[in-house]
Amino acid sequence: MKDISKEYFGNPVLKNVTLQVKPGEIHALVGENGAGKSTLMNILFGMPVIHGSGGFAGQVEINGAPVTIDAPHKAIDFGIGMVHQDFMLIPGFTVTENIKVGREISCPTLLSQIFSKELETLDLEQMAADARRALREIGLNIEEYVLVAGLPVGYKQFVEIAREIDKTGIKLLVFDEPTAVLTESEAERLLKLMELIAKKGIGIIFITHRLGEVMHYAHSVSILRDGELIMRTAVKDTSMVKIAELMIGRKTEKYVDSVPNQLESVEIALSLQDFHVDMPGEMVRGIDLDIRQGEIFGIGGLAGQGKLGIANGIMGLCRSQGKVFVWGRELNLGRLGAALASGIAFVSEDRRGIGLLLDQSIEHNLVFSAIHVQEEFLINLKLFKLYHRRKARKHALKMIELLDIRCTGPAQKAGSLSGGNQQKVCLARALTLNPKILIVSEPTRGIDIGAKKLVLEYLLELNRQQGMTIIIISSELVELRSLCHRIAIIADGKVAKILQPDAPDAEFGLAMSGS
Amino acid sequence: MPKFRELVGNNKVALLFGLLCIGAIYTAQNPLTFVAAELFTRIGRNGFMVLALLIPVLAGMGLNFGIVIGAIAAQIAVFWTVYWGFTGSEGFLLCLLLSTPIAIFFGWLVGRVFNKMKGAEMIAGLVLGYFADGLYQLFFLYVIGGLIPVHNDRLIISGGIGVKNTIDLAGNLKYSLDNVPMLQIMKIALAVLFLVTLLKAILGVMKKKPPGPRCWIGLGAAPIIYALTYIPALQTFLSSDRLLLLHAVLAALGAVIAWQLWRILYNKILRPKEYSLVRPLVWIGLAAVGFFLTNIRPLEAILLSVRIPVTTYLCIIGLCFFNAALLKTRLGQNMRTVGQSQTVANAAGINVDRTRIIAMIISTLLACWGQLIYLQNIGTFSTYGAHTQVGQYAIAALLVGGASVKKATNKEAVIGVILFHTLFIVAPQAGKELFNNAQLGEYFRVFVAYGVIAVSLAMHAWKRAVSPGPKRIKT
Repeated sequence: MKDISKEYFGNPVLKNVTLQVKPGEIHALVGENGAGKSTLMNILFGMPVIHGSGGFAGQVEINGAPVTIDAPHKAIDFGIGMVHQDFMLIPGFTVTENIKVGREISCPTLLSQIFSKELETLDLEQMAADARRALREIGLNIEEYVLVAGLPVGYKQFVEIAREIDKTGIKLLVFDEPTAVLTESEAERLLKLMELIAKKGIGIIFITHRLGEVMHYAHSVSILRDGELIMRTAVKDTSMVKIAELMIGRKTEKYVDSVPNQLESVEIALSLQDFHVDMPGEMVRGIDLDIRQGEIFGIGGLAGQGKLGIANGIMGLCRSQGKVFVWGRELNLGRLGAALASGIAFVSEDRRGIGLLLDQSIEHNLVFSAIHVQEEFLINLKLFKLYHRRKARKHALKMIELLDIRCTGPAQKAGSLSGGNQQKVCLARALTLNPKILIVSEPTRGIDIGAKKLVLEYLLELNRQQGMTIIIISSELVELRSLCHRIAIIADGKVAKILQPDAPDAEFGLAMSGS
Repeated sequence: MPKFRELVGNNKVALLFGLLCIGAIYTAQNPLTFVAAELFTRIGRNGFMVLALLIPVLAGMGLNFGIVIGAIAAQIAVFWTVYWGFTGSEGFLLCLLLSTPIAIFFGWLVGRVFNKMKGAEMIAGLVLGYFADGLYQLFFLYVIGGLIPVHNDRLIISGGIGVKNTIDLAGNLKYSLDNVPMLQIMKIALAVLFLVTLLKAILGVMKKKPPGPRCWIGLGAAPIIYALTYIPALQTFLSSDRLLLLHAVLAALGAVIAWQLWRILYNKILRPKEYSLVRPLVWIGLAAVGFFLTNIRPLEAILLSVRIPVTTYLCIIGLCFFNAALLKTRLGQNMRTVGQSQTVANAAGINVDRTRIIAMIISTLLACWGQLIYLQNIGTFSTYGAHTQVGQYAIAALLVGGASVKKATNKEAVIGVILFHTLFIVAPQAGKELFNNAQLGEYFRVFVAYGVIAVSLAMHAWKRAVSPGPKRIKT
């Protein structure tokens, strides 16, 4: 891809970017959220969103010959495949059907010979055989006739890869943050597999936020920042710190360095007693916790052990059972919104699903909860209430400035923001409620280092200046240890241990493994 | 027990209406022979139209309220056929020839519109239906006679402009499909079989593949079966166009037994492999029980009182097979993919818009043919009213069978037609018995038709919703 430029509605997102991948090379593509990685890949795939907004400038070349890719099926014809971050799989289809989607094997019939190839009948046996072969090639031990809906997350990623591998003549494979949703062991297996695929002479573009993976597995790396190519280099000539520096463009330090002040307060803000939550994949099986006022309390643990279920249970988003006390008053768990009404705000880990109204403006997203829970931002006319536009706008502008939300203005749709900025909007919305207790679930998932640091620092500031009680649920232990007063490690739906942040690594490791 | 519960839970819409039907039949106290005869007429009349709804559901476009437009295509063709004076099966064929290109064109237009408003196809279809009705009225009330000179006292309003309110089809198109004798169908089928096999053989030779034994069997069997039809007894039986329900049932039972015997023969002797005998034996057993049931007096009376139009029923069965066969093709798989997720389909290189348009064209065309079948059976053509309720009634029938906006099968369509029309037949009488007023019975009928749509949509919404309230969690 040579000298690619692209603008959306006069807003340049890519400026003369050149990207080269050799056969058999694992080429990492790194950059902050909003640096233009996704746009670049959309151009490579000829996605309708590109051509629907005026096309792009520059040239795509394959084996030295310039080509035009203006529809996804052309990209497939040229041997370009993609493993998506948000699984492009159909839950209601079997593994075979998913692997063979759009490329079904079929036998000619009389009608198809007269009319079109589309009327050929499917050769289900051959399809199943192909799917089995592809699954075996990547070492995935599942039956090809099961429905994808029932598979664990890690397996879905492998089904995607099997689908791409099954394509004949595949030359270039794009992995879009493949490890973001996987557990450590799954991620390792996937990366090993990526190496294996590269050895067969297939070029790989590897998009990721985890620099450790880049250093370990990639051959070369391209760094994007604000739509510009900053550097292309071989991995062995550079270091993790250097890449991180170039990505952000400002000097980085690791997260937030703070020594949490010890708390003397003994007043209990939130108390959980024998708390059970029925959240698929994140079951909570009986938890007792006391969280003190003014504390930053961390909840950690491996994926699937139940740490996410706690927050969703308290907020009433998942079915729960047991007792929850907020400053001694019992919470009605059956009523959705009870937690909000008693001063608990929640930033969900599922930003796009339940965190944001994607088609609404930033401004609406910010004030939405406050309008419904506290009847803020309304002009009360006794008989009915009207939306107080001026007040909401003023508040939105304040929040945008405070949290450095990068956008065209408060009227921009939340769905069109990059991941990090969406997270900031979620946080700002929770803060609009002026909560006494703030629960933040996976605050830094899928966002870049710059935004991560800002979010964490702001949480710390809230705690120190306003004395807000904050509960952080995160998969990243480093993050918890640099911020929290106490950290509870959840294993198998129960509290394995409550640790001080400066406890030795070994203790954390043991607690996570549940022993 | 949990399995039984699941079975009930998954079919609760159909079960509810089943109970309602039984209740209504009981209250109405119509003779069962009357209900059965009416029912079989109505299945023949409306079945095709309901089956035309399946493909858009498959392609994720929901319930196609746009079939009204297919019906309009059929009615345009019917008008001209009647005007030019063609009658009988010739007239019906001309209707088919005229309406098919119109329906394809309309389907293409509707598909284009639906692609512009993805996610709102149902409401779009409903409104498009009203819009098309407006244009249709303009055409029939003004253009015919006003711009196109048409002279016919029987069809045109006395002023010379505009078509009359009702067109009588008796004597030209009435029963033009129902009355096609079995013998003729058989001849056509054999000719088609012969030609297809021949064509296959020729194509095979052109690709340097000699035709296999199947091909020769096909080529040989066709003339032999044809010769068999000249046996006098068979000839008289086949030259009729209506089949006694008793004979149809016996034939179906015979077919089931023959098919299961063939499966056993094939899987055990011709190509021996692991094959459990339980299933085929159960089927054969059921067929035998069915045979004994036909001898029970009241059932026999019903079976002897109903005569079904063979050709029309064959068309409906053929459409069922068509729907099933389409699923097994590349096109059908593409439609399913598009129906499940347009993003995935797009990324897999499937042309989403084109697939959706094809689905729409097929549905509109089938609806058009369905309307032709309906009109030729009912025998009077209400120029401005015949098409208006088509969408609602067909959709109501489909929903009653247990289909939903996202899933619909042949089975659900057939069950739906049976339940909905049973209710339709007995509702007025039941209303009269209950309220002692014939007029109330009429209201009851309308109430049923619309209530059905509302109730089944609500019940499906119910089935989907899961409340997040506290409940015991197993630990």
